[in-house]
Amino acid sequence: MVAHGEIHVVHRGGNKINFRETVITNDSRFLLCASGESVKVYSSSSEECVHDLQGHTDLVSGIVRNPSNHLQVYSCSADGTVRLWDFTDGILIKTFIIGYPIYSIYISENHGGVVFVVVPMANDKSSELFQLVAVHLPLSGDQEVEARELSAVLCDVSPSGAASFGRKGEYIAAVKGLQLEVFFFKKQKSHRFFLKSGNKKGAKNAFTCVSCHPKEDCIATGHEDGKIRLWRNFNQKKEYTYSTLHWHHGAVNTLQFTPEGTNLLSGGIESVLVQWHYTQENQKDFLPRLGGAITHIAVSPDGSLFCTSHSDNKITIIQSCVKVSAIIQGLVKGEGVRTDLTIDPRSKALVLNGKPGHLQFYSLHRDKLLYNLDIVQQEYIHEEGLDQFEVVKAAFDTRGNWLATVEERTQKGSELEINLKLWAYDEQTQSFMLNTTVTAPHEDQITAMCFSPSPETTMLVTISFDGHFKAWLLADHSDTKEGACWSCDFVGGYHHLKPGCCCFSADGSLLAVGFQEVVTVWSPSWELLTTLSQPPGAIRDLCFGRLSCSKYLLGTSTKNQLCCWNLLTCSLEWSTPVDVSLLQADPLSENMAAFCSQSGCSDLFVFKPGEPRPLYSQKALCTGKVQRAVFAPRDQMLESCEEHAQWLNRSQLYFFTQHMDLMTFSTKTEEDRLLASSKRLMVDDSVAVTPFYLLLGKHRQQQEALTNPMAERIQLPQGSIAIKELLYTPAHVLPSASFLCSMFVRSLLISSSSASEEKEPVEEEMESEEEDSEGEAELRDARQDLGGSAAWGPGEELGAPALTKAQERELRRVKHFDHSWLSSVLEC
Amino acid sequence: MASFKSTKIPIYPKLGEKVTPDTLYWKNYKAPVQIKEFGAVTSIDFSSLAPHNYAVTASTRIHIYGPFSTEPVKTFTRFKDTAYSGKFRSDGQLLVAGCEDSMVRLFDVSGKVALRVFKGHTKGVHVTDFTSDCYHILTGSDDYTCRLWDIPNSTELTSYKEHTDYIRCGITSKLNRDIFITGSYDHTLRVFDARVEKSVMTMDHSQPVESVLLYPSEGLLVSAGGRYVKVWDLLKGGQPLVSLKNHHKTVTCLSLSSNGQRLLSASLDRHVKIYNTTNYKVVHNFDYAASILSLALAPDDESIVVGMTNGVLSIKHRKSPEEKREMAGKQRMQPVYRIFVKGRNYVPKKDDFLVSKPVKSHLAKYDKQLKKFNISKALDTQLRQISCTILIPEITVAVMKELDRRGTLKNALAGRDEQNLSQLLNFLIGNVVDPRFTPVLVTATEMILDIYQAVVGQSSVVDRQLVRLQELVEREVDYQQDLLEVLGMLDTLFAASLPRKEVPCPGSSR
Repeated sequence: MVAHGEIHVVHRGGNKINFRETVITNDSRFLLCASGESVKVYSSSSEECVHDLQGHTDLVSGIVRNPSNHLQVYSCSADGTVRLWDFTDGILIKTFIIGYPIYSIYISENHGGVVFVVVPMANDKSSELFQLVAVHLPLSGDQEVEARELSAVLCDVSPSGAASFGRKGEYIAAVKGLQLEVFFFKKQKSHRFFLKSGNKKGAKNAFTCVSCHPKEDCIATGHEDGKIRLWRNFNQKKEYTYSTLHWHHGAVNTLQFTPEGTNLLSGGIESVLVQWHYTQENQKDFLPRLGGAITHIAVSPDGSLFCTSHSDNKITIIQSCVKVSAIIQGLVKGEGVRTDLTIDPRSKALVLNGKPGHLQFYSLHRDKLLYNLDIVQQEYIHEEGLDQFEVVKAAFDTRGNWLATVEERTQKGSELEINLKLWAYDEQTQSFMLNTTVTAPHEDQITAMCFSPSPETTMLVTISFDGHFKAWLLADHSDTKEGACWSCDFVGGYHHLKPGCCCFSADGSLLAVGFQEVVTVWSPSWELLTTLSQPPGAIRDLCFGRLSCSKYLLGTSTKNQLCCWNLLTCSLEWSTPVDVSLLQADPLSENMAAFCSQSGCSDLFVFKPGEPRPLYSQKALCTGKVQRAVFAPRDQMLESCEEHAQWLNRSQLYFFTQHMDLMTFSTKTEEDRLLASSKRLMVDDSVAVTPFYLLLGKHRQQQEALTNPMAERIQLPQGSIAIKELLYTPAHVLPSASFLCSMFVRSLLISSSSASEEKEPVEEEMESEEEDSEGEAELRDARQDLGGSAAWGPGEELGAPALTKAQERELRRVKHFDHSWLSSVLEC
Repeated sequence: MASFKSTKIPIYPKLGEKVTPDTLYWKNYKAPVQIKEFGAVTSIDFSSLAPHNYAVTASTRIHIYGPFSTEPVKTFTRFKDTAYSGKFRSDGQLLVAGCEDSMVRLFDVSGKVALRVFKGHTKGVHVTDFTSDCYHILTGSDDYTCRLWDIPNSTELTSYKEHTDYIRCGITSKLNRDIFITGSYDHTLRVFDARVEKSVMTMDHSQPVESVLLYPSEGLLVSAGGRYVKVWDLLKGGQPLVSLKNHHKTVTCLSLSSNGQRLLSASLDRHVKIYNTTNYKVVHNFDYAASILSLALAPDDESIVVGMTNGVLSIKHRKSPEEKREMAGKQRMQPVYRIFVKGRNYVPKKDDFLVSKPVKSHLAKYDKQLKKFNISKALDTQLRQISCTILIPEITVAVMKELDRRGTLKNALAGRDEQNLSQLLNFLIGNVVDPRFTPVLVTATEMILDIYQAVVGQSSVVDRQLVRLQELVEREVDYQQDLLEVLGMLDTLFAASLPRKEVPCPGSSR
């Protein structure tokens, strides 16, 4: 195998952002969330990602604010480190090496210099038992510090989010299973409270989450049956009491007290944020229909902002429990990609099924979810065990004018419900509008569908397990009131075999349908032209060659075969024994990508159907089978001259691994370019930085400077040259302090003593110098002057050079002043 | 926070005819005015003179009606036996009619007594008509002859004895005073020229001819007989052009619409069919209560007059444009719309600050309940709106489907008292066999039977309904079985009729 140094597989976006609770900064301007191996900083007003804090080498498993510095956060990761970040500048300040994978982190103001982390039981890393340990962070100036001072606090805790600090950090409460454990730091003692398993009457008492009241001795716990218990008087082992609140019908996923303790927030699978009033528990406010199930709730330190994480990889920002102000949505990856990956020809976005009943449009270039298209258009009922409609197929026509979707609902004991929907692109609203709904288009599952690429007709072919394939045509009913709609044009079959895949040739003149072991080729007038067969093994994938290779038809079968038929001779051109799990054709070139699974790994071959040697191959791409893949066209063509990288010039290959990671192939040159562009986009101001702001903000600053020059002038003396001299000249070349002092004082006097006529020249001088773009040149000048005076000798004339210098400067100023004034007069 | 998505009511394709310009045109008539005559109405003829009165021949009388009167303007009663074929002259002054007593009478429209009586036929005269020069009369009789009479002299000019059966229809040319066409029960149509002794053209209709019609251009001839309507090209020597078979009983009468673009045929099967004369496709269809014997259209299609065997004369008048406007005006008067529109068309000025009002989404009653998860109430509110349930069962079915999707249909159906349950069963009986709703309603029915099987026998109302439901379902099952049998038969027929074609297969040739 040839070593391809340049091409490598990279992760491309789409990380989970709902893995752990988000952190809202003290000023509520930023939102921090763990996203894969990095921490992302979002602006809470503009929803834009401001910083991506990279440094961890494994999954980030928790973030907490640093109570002693409101501009810093701690993050912990499964790589065994706790890192301290400055999130406003995106700088890594310190790394504390713990040495064990960390699953969550807790911190309290009252325990200075200590963080509490959840690590596996020390002796056995693979075990399912976890413990909460206190880590004393060593005070050291180094970047990387080993923190070895661990002391166990609680044994047997759950790995995520089930512990909370009580009033003034006096105790910590943790839940696991049917047990609530409270550890009192003063007494160094823990109390345990148990509940009965209560399996009868459907009550499941297991704890799910815990939150402590910030001002009073009260612990709120959430349970699997939807109850919330408020525990009081728990510092006695026996005389504890609890009261129960019940609204949720599913498990309570998360609980959070507001900072003042007036309200308790809870959330669960119902996707309703419930706000309980702490003293009047029967009063509650609801915020329904937030999206997926609520997994975490975070509250800003001033209590004005709530932030809910949802199971559909979304963060919702809520202002004081009334209004949803912003939504940060990541790539939704459910249990699997039911629809194939497709590229929207208009927006070049990756399209796949996202939220239940929706298609998501995900921009690959910007790593951002563009929008969700509601396909099912039904109220989603958040309840477990309910059969919901799911989008299972989606296809675009070549120009992006039509979108076809198939939704499916399997129901126990009753037949399958299938809807085929056709959506027309509406130029005015810039989105897809429902045109035709076909209920029960087939009697069984639709296995594949594709649009005809020919420009004359708009045709869709669906194939189904019921043994038929159907062609749907756009019929124009201009004589009646309803506009164009779709209707079935042809129903075809072949010996009652079940079809599995279909493919149109690039010009739309041929349709190939794979019926188990037989490939049938049909003409547009629905004549069966020929059948091709290469038993054994059912046909899994079919692909027509493109451009110069359009006379070839490729097929893969389940019995480890990749066949290539020549359509002119109707005979087999070649075949190789490889187990191809996925075959993809590049729409812009002749290239084909075949993913083969071999001994638990996936290999990739990129080849042209007409050539015997593959263009590129990579063994052991990733573990497991590659589930889905797609060629996405590039914005700009790459000009790579290496032969093995040329297949990446026009389009890029994206694929989903078994663990639902979106990966792609990238070359060195491309990465360099990406890096450059990201640097260009980097902005110093951290608020509301969008590319739009970049354009407009600069413009506005310039405008302000033009319209309001006085405001700037008053501030300018601070940057006077004397101070610059003082600050930037190396200490060993500076003259004595007494000499400098008078100069320094004089420089300060300018602003107050001399009138405004004096001030302006200073400014003018500054400006003119800046126009020369050489602040440094001036500095060098001053340095030379200083050096000169030093050469003259410090003892000779102490006062004189300063005087002459001042005079010189005066003269220069006058000169500058006169000149600018004259020029301004001339301009007038 | 997304808003509540209302329940989707599926739109089912409308069965029946599509809305075309033709249906709009022919539906634009008012409800028919019905007048009872003394016997079967055999003939209707419109006067070409301005008020367009029409003569209706029924039994022994001829009534003349004004365009909008339900009472006859004039009546001719001097017939000894059944009168036939009352016809106006083209100037509207004279009217001719045949009679079963073989005499042909000519009336002045303003007078009462016959001006002339033509005697000569030996049997009843069913056909009378004026020639285009207004001085002659054509008659056709059951004595197999057709004759031409001179009005001023009241003498017989010629007699043609070519038909071998009753002559029951005939028409004179409007362009040539000498040419006329007769149709007879001997299955033939004959074109006569008064200047020649014999018929000039003969066409075989192959059914007893009931009615003939000439196109305004007189190049085409239409004949009706038996179940067929046939069109002949006279300029090509009587070559048959089309044969239409759209009625399932004898076609009795033909008529052309005023612009000559549509052909109407009336039949004993109680239908009037309207054909497009360019492609001879049926574009519209009228239904009547009894077998139709005669049909006429007023000039400009202002009214359609149909006479039936039971003696009922049905008159449909076209809706006048004023009425249409009135209808539209009524809609505009509705205050709801005015309030709705209020301020919507206001264009804000340049410096105005726009305060947008949150859009209040309107939810249907059942949706409001569904939003609150009140499942039983959602179903109840829908079932209680009886008019809605009967007229638009789609909504109720959609609510049931939504409940089923939420997995709570069983809960919603349970816990009902007798009245509620019978309401529900009534709905099921009405709709369970509708193929559009069967998949949903069958599950609901099964659930109801499961839930209420313990209380069967306690209420007579419910029991009766259950029995009805059972009968309904049994009948439906029988139908389905029959249909499947038919389908199987058809499949074999189709399979046998398809030619066998070999598909080229490279594998087999090798």
